[in-house]
Amino acid sequence: MWQVLKKIAHTGIVTEAWPEPALEWRTEAQAIQADLLAILGRSLAIRMVDAGSCNGCELEINALNNPYYNIEGLGIKFVASPRHADMLLVTGPVSRHMEIALQRTYDATPAPKLVVAVGDCGCCGGLFGESYASCGKVSNVIPVDVSVPGCPPSPLDILRGILAAVRLPPPESRPRAAEVGP
Amino acid sequence: MQFFGLACEFEPLETPLPIFRARVDAGQWLELARSIVEAQGQLVSLWGSDRRRAGASFEVAAAYRTADGLLCAELPLDPQRPVYPDIARFFAPANRMQRAARDLLGIQADGSADCRPWLRHDAWPADYFPLRHENTGQERFDLPTEHYPFVRVEGDGVHEIPVGPVHAGIIEPGHFRFSVVGEKVLRLEQRLGYTHKGIERRFIGMDVETGARLAGRVSGDSTVAYAWAYAMALESLAHQRIPERARWLRALLLERERVANHLGDLGALGNDAAFGFALTQFSLLREDWLRSNAEWFGHRLLMDRICPGGVERDLGDAARQALREQATAMRASLGELQRIFDDHAGMQDRLVTTGRISPTLAQQLGLTGLAARASGRTGDLRSDFAWPPYDSLDFKACSQHNGDVAARLNLRFAEVFESLRLIEALLQRLPEGQVRTPIDPPANAKGAGWVEGWRGEILVALETDEAGAIARCHCHDPSWQNWPVLEHAVIGNIVADFPLINKSFNLSYSGQDL
Repeated sequence: MWQVLKKIAHTGIVTEAWPEPALEWRTEAQAIQADLLAILGRSLAIRMVDAGSCNGCELEINALNNPYYNIEGLGIKFVASPRHADMLLVTGPVSRHMEIALQRTYDATPAPKLVVAVGDCGCCGGLFGESYASCGKVSNVIPVDVSVPGCPPSPLDILRGILAAVRLPPPESRPRAAEVGP
Repeated sequence: MQFFGLACEFEPLETPLPIFRARVDAGQWLELARSIVEAQGQLVSLWGSDRRRAGASFEVAAAYRTADGLLCAELPLDPQRPVYPDIARFFAPANRMQRAARDLLGIQADGSADCRPWLRHDAWPADYFPLRHENTGQERFDLPTEHYPFVRVEGDGVHEIPVGPVHAGIIEPGHFRFSVVGEKVLRLEQRLGYTHKGIERRFIGMDVETGARLAGRVSGDSTVAYAWAYAMALESLAHQRIPERARWLRALLLERERVANHLGDLGALGNDAAFGFALTQFSLLREDWLRSNAEWFGHRLLMDRICPGGVERDLGDAARQALREQATAMRASLGELQRIFDDHAGMQDRLVTTGRISPTLAQQLGLTGLAARASGRTGDLRSDFAWPPYDSLDFKACSQHNGDVAARLNLRFAEVFESLRLIEALLQRLPEGQVRTPIDPPANAKGAGWVEGWRGEILVALETDEAGAIARCHCHDPSWQNWPVLEHAVIGNIVADFPLINKSFNLSYSGQDL
């Protein structure tokens, strides 16, 4: 135990400065409920769904949990059920075999909800594209608010995308929820 | 060249590791399988191809690992009735591969006991075959959900726990069906194929440079191993050699990928045994490692760093110095953490005897790679068929005997230490010269690449068409062999230990779903 405590004290706090949100990655269909922040405060629960990726994006999303990025310190937590989630973080391309599972996960997430598509495949289908087995980009299956490019995007870029979805746009440019569709 | 007294001529490919291929008839197909079982060889992969466009027929191929190298047998099939003798009775892992070949190409293993689909769920009908040339691969079907008959366990108090395809963590999708009594697992049955995204169809007609990028995305955690196997296949079919320095840099990338994955797994294994400290410490070490990948190689996960003909970039003196210092520092950090793991009685209690695969079972079921080396096997392509630069690094394969979660964890420690030693040697003795040579792929040629990735052996079989583009590219992940063994590893354990056992194998979904 002494070794463990000594190591913890020696490691210290290594968390680095958080990045600015990447507002330019917002898609037009971004459905941010006006009162999301008012309801949630600064805390955000994310359900991650791998809808058919190569596992590269998952490695980088996992890295967000390391102490350098310390996203729990920002009030962001990955949860085990869509019922507990405010946001779905989805990697793709969406395989045909995951299409129903992704749709059901989306339906099981209570409104108001946000969807962030992660990686080139989630944004546009990537190298895999659309085929008998692949639906391509995430927005072909469920509505997407923010798409984070990269193969895979770095943890910082994924975090910038998450923050971009949460941060409210200026009121005059905010679309009404009714206008948002798949 | 002949093997096992079979009357068929094996032709050696121009590969750094010994790979031979031969055309066989149905009798020789069976005889070869039998001889390989007797010689304690293993099935590496089985796949099908459509050669009707080249004036031939359908073909099934099987690749076996023997003491002499990799033997690939190719059996042409009747286009009207494409069936071949079942080999799942000799090699347990063949079951899922044969079912996948049927789902994708419509070739059937004659006499196979398990006729359920494997990669096909309900995205395409049973009479549509994406790898047949009359289909474009762009067809889209909207079919009702098909029932999949899981094997049922019956008896007093037995109930089922279905898990997935969407899992509770940040991991890939798949379905696990547990049959349990109380806390005890009686049986686990997997259903995979959820991330099937048509990779093998996608390859067809692709230019070989884009194909290299696609091969590097079959399984993101093994991108270096796939890229190397693909490049090796392409260079072998082009009969071209790459510069010495490029080979050494490839090995450096492969070992760095191994270290990164082992660091991630060591932390995750500690975390699954409720030792959060381990996850914190190892995720820091992994992040440092990935940042250094980005700084010196240009990509955190090293994607597209190995390319046909060599590597994407050279390494300067400052980089060599920095990477050597990093390896030295990493060894010290790991030693410290290993002592903490060893001394932690509560953690050891969770790991020792959990999820055990005995050496005998490992051999019977065809377990391969890292997991096999934790069950007393010693197979490692880097030592068994030491190809350059491994032939001059005095590499020693690591092995453990207990076959439990603790053995798979300890093996990872041992392998990281050995990889760090290799990294230092590679950096110290890096030969001078070019790092890339242009590759000009000939038409209608065949090649293969075989590499020991961090999880096990990766095989890429590549063919070009009349225009020099890809006619067929088959990528094989060792997860094909090891997923079925995981079903055995959990028997008799408690449900709560499944995440720990699963993580200790850490198999690829995308790599086997294709």
